[in-house]
Amino acid sequence: MLEVSAIHSFYGKAHILDGLSFSVARGEVVALLGRNGAGKSTTMKSVMQLVPPRAGSVSFEGRELVGLPAYRTAKAGLGYVPEDRRIFSDLTVLENLEVGRQPPREGAPHWTVAQLFELFPNLAERRNNRGKHMSGGEQQMLSIARTLMGNPALLLLDEPSEGIAPVIVEQMARSILTLKAEGLTVLISEQNLHFARAVADRAIILESGRKKFDGTFETLEKQPEIRDTYLSV
Amino acid sequence: MAFYIALFLTGLANAAALFLVASGLSLIFGVTRIVNFAHGSFYMLGAFIGVTLMQVLPGAVGFWGAIALTGLAVGLIGALVEIVVLRRIYRAPELFQLVATFGVILVIQDLALMIWGAEDRLGPRAPGLRGVWRIFGEPVPKYDIALIAITPVILLALWYLITRTRLGILVRAATQDREMVGALGVNQAWLFTGVFGLGSALAGWGGALQLPKGGADLLMDFNIIGAVFVVVVIGGMGSLPGAFIAAVLISVLNAFGVAFLPQSTLVLMFVVMAAVLIVRPYGLLGREEVAGEHGQVGAPETPIRPYGPRGMALTTLLLALLAALPGFAEPFVLTLVIDIVVFALFAASLHFILGTGGMVSFGHAAFFGGGAYAAALLVFHTETPMELAFLFAPLAAGLLALAIGWFCIRLSGVYFAMLTLAFSQLVWSLAFQWRSVTRGDDGLINIWPADWLNGPLPYYYFTLILGVGGILTLRHIIHSPFGYALRAGRDSPRQAEAMGIDVRRVQLVAFVLAGMMAGLAGGLFVFSKGSVFPTELEIAKSFDALIVVFLGGVKTLAGGVVGASFLTSVEHWLTRLEYWRLLLGLVIIALVILMPEGIVGTLRRLALRLRRSDEEVSR
Repeated sequence: MLEVSAIHSFYGKAHILDGLSFSVARGEVVALLGRNGAGKSTTMKSVMQLVPPRAGSVSFEGRELVGLPAYRTAKAGLGYVPEDRRIFSDLTVLENLEVGRQPPREGAPHWTVAQLFELFPNLAERRNNRGKHMSGGEQQMLSIARTLMGNPALLLLDEPSEGIAPVIVEQMARSILTLKAEGLTVLISEQNLHFARAVADRAIILESGRKKFDGTFETLEKQPEIRDTYLSV
Repeated sequence: MAFYIALFLTGLANAAALFLVASGLSLIFGVTRIVNFAHGSFYMLGAFIGVTLMQVLPGAVGFWGAIALTGLAVGLIGALVEIVVLRRIYRAPELFQLVATFGVILVIQDLALMIWGAEDRLGPRAPGLRGVWRIFGEPVPKYDIALIAITPVILLALWYLITRTRLGILVRAATQDREMVGALGVNQAWLFTGVFGLGSALAGWGGALQLPKGGADLLMDFNIIGAVFVVVVIGGMGSLPGAFIAAVLISVLNAFGVAFLPQSTLVLMFVVMAAVLIVRPYGLLGREEVAGEHGQVGAPETPIRPYGPRGMALTTLLLALLAALPGFAEPFVLTLVIDIVVFALFAASLHFILGTGGMVSFGHAAFFGGGAYAAALLVFHTETPMELAFLFAPLAAGLLALAIGWFCIRLSGVYFAMLTLAFSQLVWSLAFQWRSVTRGDDGLINIWPADWLNGPLPYYYFTLILGVGGILTLRHIIHSPFGYALRAGRDSPRQAEAMGIDVRRVQLVAFVLAGMMAGLAGGLFVFSKGSVFPTELEIAKSFDALIVVFLGGVKTLAGGVVGASFLTSVEHWLTRLEYWRLLLGLVIIALVILMPEGIVGTLRRLALRLRRSDEEVSR
């Protein structure tokens, strides 16, 4: 479904992604793992064309994304949930959801506000609250729900468990499994290995913008040296 | 009592057009973060297009239909301007955006002159609303009552649009985080075009609605922009209710001012603004602007280095050439060089706070004209010797800068820019309206230098020494520890404060210094021309300096001087053409889009690229 091949991405002169290639198949949940600064968020932004790669290709269902503006990438069926959530803090929960609303898409689950409130019950209680009066966990849920309003076929989730209370992280994991059951394809970046293992089918490990591992969690467990080299603090 | 009520109603009626124009400006700023100086031009277009349509369409339906159509037409023109010009510069620094919108002002001015001619147009009376109604015995024009009824409807309609519709929700979301709105699948380009069109349409409606009370003339664009800025600053940028309250406040005060203190009308609103800003620096309903909140922070600037031996040699050569110039040049060349030096000093003083200090001032003419007026007033009223009066120019301008700076330094970014502009308009209105002292637009004349300086040759050297001396002093200060502190405050105010630099104090001192240098330029100017008029204090004068700094390049030191030489020379032959504003405006817009680093900056980058490709070849 998503085919990333040999992308190079930069922030100004800083070379962040160095010939990164990987793919995500339909219905899969793939976790991008790696330390701070390994290039996880940049990978997300490069796929979304918020940080367009200077070389290489990102193809989604056979369609080249590099060179498209971000809104066209979104229209093509990608949904992006940023690491820092980026809630519109002056807008209410319902208004935030309205910004994300797009027409239904073939081959992707269709979401309504009612369904999203079922998926994230906390949001339902706070539907008329402004974004700035919400907790970190609630903002994270809102950010995911807002992106789901666009009925994406592929969801890019950038560090959803970061800075969130453990109870909420559990709830988040259940929600992501629900999304998978609905048929959504998910690329998720994580530092929390336990969380990643709970939700993902496959792990990709990054270090300095290069891929160091690509395989199942069973394979990863058989190679503790990889985990020790690239993941432990 | 009845008289006061009538005055109050007049004020409320006047608020209608002001609120429409201000709400449009506020809306555009909220989403695009562009301070659209050309907004007054859309107001003017509204008036002219409205007059034309009202002549064609008959009766009451024609009158109101013409107003409705005018808004649509101006909205389309605004959308066109957004697509052609502004779309390319959303990520550019504020100064570039300002210069581009100024280019738009010039183009629209000349196009309006071409289409409608130079004569003022009287607005037609509204059919069915010609007479007056008596309210407590006082006559109140019927059209005023109509306007008072219309304004809240417009406010309500706008409020509904912004709070209740999908477009409004997208607009508010984009005001906060444009990139995220894009990542959610919304084509921001069209959202921006739409908002710009809507804002322009509001200005157009404002221009058409005021026709029966005023009319249409070619000065409307600059005349309204000062008041609109005041309204937006008092109300708080981006706040529609704020704009409404401020428009009513200003208009009502103005109505009372006209009745009781007719000389004070222009000054009054600036006094109100200053009072509001002391209590609430971000306006009545405004929100604090956090620098970089909207992702406008660009790449760090490369430090400015002192000239190497080659640069020194070139400068010396240029100075020697200028010193020897009277030996072989025609007198008109000397006059031209005097103009260039005066302008270069003025621009260099602006460049000092803008480039080095990061303070984008839109009202620098206050100090140039202020200095010129200070010297001229002394000579005119007290026959002070020229030498003493000349010294008074930088001194008075410095004091003025101290007073204005005290207010403005506390703000940053757009608020700083707007506030400096508003204050310069205050100084302008003083010169314009305080006729008993300044003689208004008759100007002060017969301000000639002392005998030993009279004549082109001595005054040429006098200007050269003081002008070049001033520019070199500014250069020297930029490379002094004070200059470092100023740059530190520009690039990272918090870090600078943590290192023990009193950023505001440093900025205030720099502001005063820049004011003094601009005053010096003003002093040189007034004695070279022998007269001074309020035009030297106009917005256009401030913009000239900004354009020069922009043309030369903000990040280069020579920029101001090169830009001043360029603009003065170009204007010298351009102004002979009938539609020179149109040409100049088009040139400016083209430069903003094609040469975003200014003349010097672009040349330098070209040179760098050439050198680099040479190296690659030799490898």
